[in-house]
Amino acid sequence: MKFYILNSISRERPVSVVPKWVMAILGIAIMAQLVFHANTTRLNIRETLIPEAPSQAALNVLSLGDEIGISKFIMLWLQGFDHQPGISIPFSRLDYDSLISWLDRVLQLDQDSHYALLSASRIYSEVPDTDKQRKILEFVYEKFLEKPDQRWVWMAHAVYVARHKVKDNQLALRYARQLRIHTTSSVVPNWARQLELFVYEDLGELETAQILLGGLIESGEITDENEINFLLSRLAINEEEPQKN
Amino acid sequence: MMPVNKTTTIAYYTFREATQNQLFVLTLIGLVCLLGVAEFVGDLAISETRQFQISLLANIGRWFLVITVALFVITSMIREFNDKGCDLILSLPVSKPTYYFGKLLGYFLLGLVIALSLSVLMLLYADTQALMIWLISLVCEAVIVMALSMLCLFTFSNITIAFIATISFYMLSRSIDAIQLISVSPILETNTISQEFMTSLVNLIAFVLPDLSRFTRTEWLVYGVNIDEMGFVLVQTAIYLTLLVAAGLFDLSRKEF
Repeated sequence: MKFYILNSISRERPVSVVPKWVMAILGIAIMAQLVFHANTTRLNIRETLIPEAPSQAALNVLSLGDEIGISKFIMLWLQGFDHQPGISIPFSRLDYDSLISWLDRVLQLDQDSHYALLSASRIYSEVPDTDKQRKILEFVYEKFLEKPDQRWVWMAHAVYVARHKVKDNQLALRYARQLRIHTTSSVVPNWARQLELFVYEDLGELETAQILLGGLIESGEITDENEINFLLSRLAINEEEPQKN
Repeated sequence: MMPVNKTTTIAYYTFREATQNQLFVLTLIGLVCLLGVAEFVGDLAISETRQFQISLLANIGRWFLVITVALFVITSMIREFNDKGCDLILSLPVSKPTYYFGKLLGYFLLGLVIALSLSVLMLLYADTQALMIWLISLVCEAVIVMALSMLCLFTFSNITIAFIATISFYMLSRSIDAIQLISVSPILETNTISQEFMTSLVNLIAFVLPDLSRFTRTEWLVYGVNIDEMGFVLVQTAIYLTLLVAAGLFDLSRKEF
């Protein structure tokens, strides 16, 4: 490739040849720019409205073939909505339908990234509004079903949020059950696949928990002797506690 | 009608070069393509058709103008330097500032013609008053890009580097607002030295850049415009243009011909 190097004008004369008025104007203009910027800066704080996400096809066109790159930009832009200088917009004022539509697009653009699900299950699920919590958890659940062995971590967190934040045991149980059913034992650790057991335990449904544990042992999913003993002893303790009381 | 003084003579011949380079034929073809795209989008949109069309035209049209003028300024000036046309003009009783202002005026006329042509097309979809304000802002934006292209060429003396520098500067100026927003408010407040350094650096860069995100906004065409917005645009253009012109003259004065 030929570059047009201007040898003839690459030689430079000393600064002293520059007319004084040019130097003066340059100095004044720089000062004016600094003063003007200092007096007119207003970071464009956006209100709670997150626009509806464009279609996947439109984003594919806009990405110019770089879907992963644009997905990262969208994620950064999205997380700037709730946390801005001088204003902290509570999650409860964000439009969760629009938020979910953007998170969905981010996941479609970069299917192997965990960032959108991390944000959904760890950040946006912290909202003190159970309807919004349920919406975002449902989103995590739907996305988990698409790639269970890769996205089980976020489903496990959804179980925790449903149980302890939303305080909906049935929802937690449903998620925990789906986590057990859809994941593969060789990929996902046992503690995650046994969450259903613990939720049953918390619900006081010890008989169901025992049946489930028996099923897990029989199917060969739990083989470690110590682990079996630990789980059995927990169930035994829970069984005794009500009698003591 | 022939120009009457040295500055307008240089401007006249700079503008003529653009006409002889078939730049206006390219503009015409570009506008016809834009019209086709706008109509195509109009057929696709199921609602807010006019807003879709005007947004698309405004966005693509602005990029078309910026890229065209930046490329033309850089290639035209470098050709003049290589052909020794610049040496010839400066060997006459023409000062460097006169030469500089003549060239800038010629490029300004070129930008104005392209911007006006674009606006004529946009009249099909946009409200006249909002379009007038948008057009003035577009011309302000274009003239900053022209002066910047000249400065980059004087500084780097290379087409590729000057063009990349100009476009990078332009994109940074249009997005610095958003970059600042992200840098000063990360979700993880780690308070590490690197985070503080990057935040300070971004703020420092913002100080010396024109905030072009407040120029030529598509929302003016879609949702209406507040005339007060123009105060910022005009003052920022005056200050930054003065800065770029002074920096350009500084570099030009030091060039050995």
